[in-house]
Amino acid sequence: MTQLMSSEMAQPTLQVENLTKTFPGVIALDDVSLEVRPHEVVGLIGENGAGKSTLLNILSGLYAPDSGTLKMNGKEVSFKGPRDSARAGIGMVHQEQSLVSAVSVAENILLGAEDQSLTAGWYRWSSLNRRAQRQLDKIGSRIRPTASLGTLTFAQKQMVELAKALAVEEEYDGQPVIVLDEPTSVLESDDLETLFAEIERLRQVASVVFVSHRLDEVLRVSDRVYVMKDGRCVAERDPKTVDVDELYRLMVGRESSGQFYREAQQAPVRDAEPVLTTKGLTKKGCFVDVSLEVRPGEVLGIAGVQGAGREELSRVLFGADSYDAGEVWLSGKRVRFSSPVGAVRAGIGYIPTERRLEGIAQGMSVKENVLLADSRAVSRGPFLDPRLVKELVSQWVMKLNIKTPNIDADVANLSGGNQQKVILAKWLSSPRVKVLILDHPTRGLDVGAKEDVYALIRELCARDMAIILLGDTLEEVIALSHRVVVMRDGSISALFEAAPGRKPTPVELVKWMV
Amino acid sequence: MHTLEKLRDRASSAVGLTGTSSHRWASRLINAGPVVALVILVAVFSIANSTFLTGGNLQTIGSQLSILLVLAVGMTFVILLGGIDLSSEGVMAASSLVFVLLASNDRNGNNFGWMAVAAGIGTGALFGLVNGVLHANLRIPSFMVTLGTGAVGIGVATVLFGGQPPRLMDASLRTWGVGSWLGVSALLYVALAVLGVALLVQRYTRVGRYGYVIGGDEAIASLSGINAKKYKTGAFVISGTAAGFAGVMASAQLDVGDVNIGKNLLFTAISAVVVGGTVLSGGRGGVLKTFVGSLIIVVLGNGLILVGVSPEVQIAVQSVVIVAAVAMTSWPLRRRVRVVK
Repeated sequence: MTQLMSSEMAQPTLQVENLTKTFPGVIALDDVSLEVRPHEVVGLIGENGAGKSTLLNILSGLYAPDSGTLKMNGKEVSFKGPRDSARAGIGMVHQEQSLVSAVSVAENILLGAEDQSLTAGWYRWSSLNRRAQRQLDKIGSRIRPTASLGTLTFAQKQMVELAKALAVEEEYDGQPVIVLDEPTSVLESDDLETLFAEIERLRQVASVVFVSHRLDEVLRVSDRVYVMKDGRCVAERDPKTVDVDELYRLMVGRESSGQFYREAQQAPVRDAEPVLTTKGLTKKGCFVDVSLEVRPGEVLGIAGVQGAGREELSRVLFGADSYDAGEVWLSGKRVRFSSPVGAVRAGIGYIPTERRLEGIAQGMSVKENVLLADSRAVSRGPFLDPRLVKELVSQWVMKLNIKTPNIDADVANLSGGNQQKVILAKWLSSPRVKVLILDHPTRGLDVGAKEDVYALIRELCARDMAIILLGDTLEEVIALSHRVVVMRDGSISALFEAAPGRKPTPVELVKWMV
Repeated sequence: MHTLEKLRDRASSAVGLTGTSSHRWASRLINAGPVVALVILVAVFSIANSTFLTGGNLQTIGSQLSILLVLAVGMTFVILLGGIDLSSEGVMAASSLVFVLLASNDRNGNNFGWMAVAAGIGTGALFGLVNGVLHANLRIPSFMVTLGTGAVGIGVATVLFGGQPPRLMDASLRTWGVGSWLGVSALLYVALAVLGVALLVQRYTRVGRYGYVIGGDEAIASLSGINAKKYKTGAFVISGTAAGFAGVMASAQLDVGDVNIGKNLLFTAISAVVVGGTVLSGGRGGVLKTFVGSLIIVVLGNGLILVGVSPEVQIAVQSVVIVAAVAMTSWPLRRRVRVVK
């Protein structure tokens, strides 16, 4: 508390003043001003497209602003590239891990900043390792700088990532600012606590900007919160006097319904034959004896910690991996897929976690992406009928409220939420899809886009789609599912009924996860 | 907190149990694979033919190894980036003729001695520079660029060749080409020196270290402010220089400047790199692996001849081995939905 008081008096570490950035047709940042004080954790929230990424890209030296100034410890700075930003004391932890697995931990931490450890172009490894060790010590990590990055676990890599961001302090005489871009979006809930502890530790040596979609987390770790909307910084709040609902309203500009997950729309499941059944499904080293069933119109949630085997299970169900024993039944017929092609033909759709890698075809248009899974409905013989194509795709763009200039736009230019909707449209437009596997469908999406996805899931159930859901958070899985299967160490440890009003609590589930 | 720690332990041990440990085991096998294969090959051939392990034959293997090794070591730097250098044969041809025509020869009155060697190697470096600049700056795929410059190299060599291969007359250079020291061919010492330098470059310089970074993920390199173009160009210069070196070595060995001096060496060199364990998609591998790979290729060729396999069949067998090796190195990475381009 005293820390907060004294830091208010001090010179801010980072000052952003009247920053404006336009792209053709869009004002991405409109006169944004904010400041970060020494040893302070500042939360930055906003929906996708609110201008957060543009601001971060300017801070990391990837974009130059049209107007406005950046000051570090009172001195005006301008960046020509990422190295300049690092030299000015701004360390970035990017949303996706930006580490190279073929080289050592030390090389990753000091990537692009090796100069001091080179003599006439030759590496002095002892020096490089010593410098890396110093950064690792700061966050109390026991990872060896000489270890190959590829041998580390995900959580260890996250530590390396933090050490890398902290390394900017070497080149900068003063307190650095560490920007964490959505650090929690790829973490399982159990890794979160570690991250929060790390942020507290970071605070001792740096100022922190914490960018996240998860409002509760932002409230928890931040000293102050900035809210961005439509390219402007619309509010500055003290977490002690603001709640999630108010932040949400500021961010989205509409009332947050307590029914975030649309629980009221959860209809009871009809007493029908299961669409998809597995009996004793086993994949050596991944999961053992998994038996479950999904009925039409039902959401079956699968909960478990990382490594419990649920990702592997979902890949097997989609035919992307093989299994060693057991049976899979689809609509009363025994099936065995040798590839996703077979699964798609049989009526299984899959929405992967790695949206950018596995879900959308970047460089192709919205139209082409929607038609990827099944274009028979709009074909005449071997040819596509352009009129039918336009009709079908436009219909889905409207129904799912996909924000795109037109159906011929490149999906790569859409925001994350809209890309996710395009993927959904791809499966929904195919009449043969009966089972949809959703692997973290809301990962990395902002609140508004999440709501759209939740609403869609409810609508799909109403149309008798069977859904298998691997959720981003336990709350999400519990709220959306009719039943929740809990996996532990590769086998099913519990099954919960989750009718509206009688849902299990996350704590009850966690007991069966560990 | 206590529960959470338990949770984390659980999670990481479960991960270790499923993916990581089996993957690590497999990658260790892949790392040891080429060495094991080499040992098996040597064992099989020495049983099949008693002359295989004799000093005379080992000398033959040594001298066959040297030129291939130099070429393959240079190529490794480009393949580590995920690129490929198809210009080697053309570059070797050009450097061969530049070298022989500048040294004492039967065509003209030149006698530049070791400067001719430098010019031959320099020719290779120049080709590498052109490759690198075209590939990195104009963003033309490396296979296309190097295919083109390779043809240019053949063209340059053909013009210089003028219908009759010039013979190398410089006695001291010829000694280097065919001579031996302590029973080992002089060129092998040269090749091992090149390997040593390449190892140092790979381990201790930016061009070496950044090769892994750029080959692993170029976007990360750029985000860290690394000028990827510069280091890509550097890798192509290394590869070109090595090809120039190989051209000079081959000319000294055969006493002649020849357009066809590098014939068939391109495929063999790429094979040596890949069989050694450097992956074509980049980011993993190294020159020491290429040394093992080169040995495998040479031992295989030599052994097949000794056991009486005809050269045509030998090429076929060699190709099968190479494709099998590539399939094996990508085995732990295989996934049904992984895209290979």
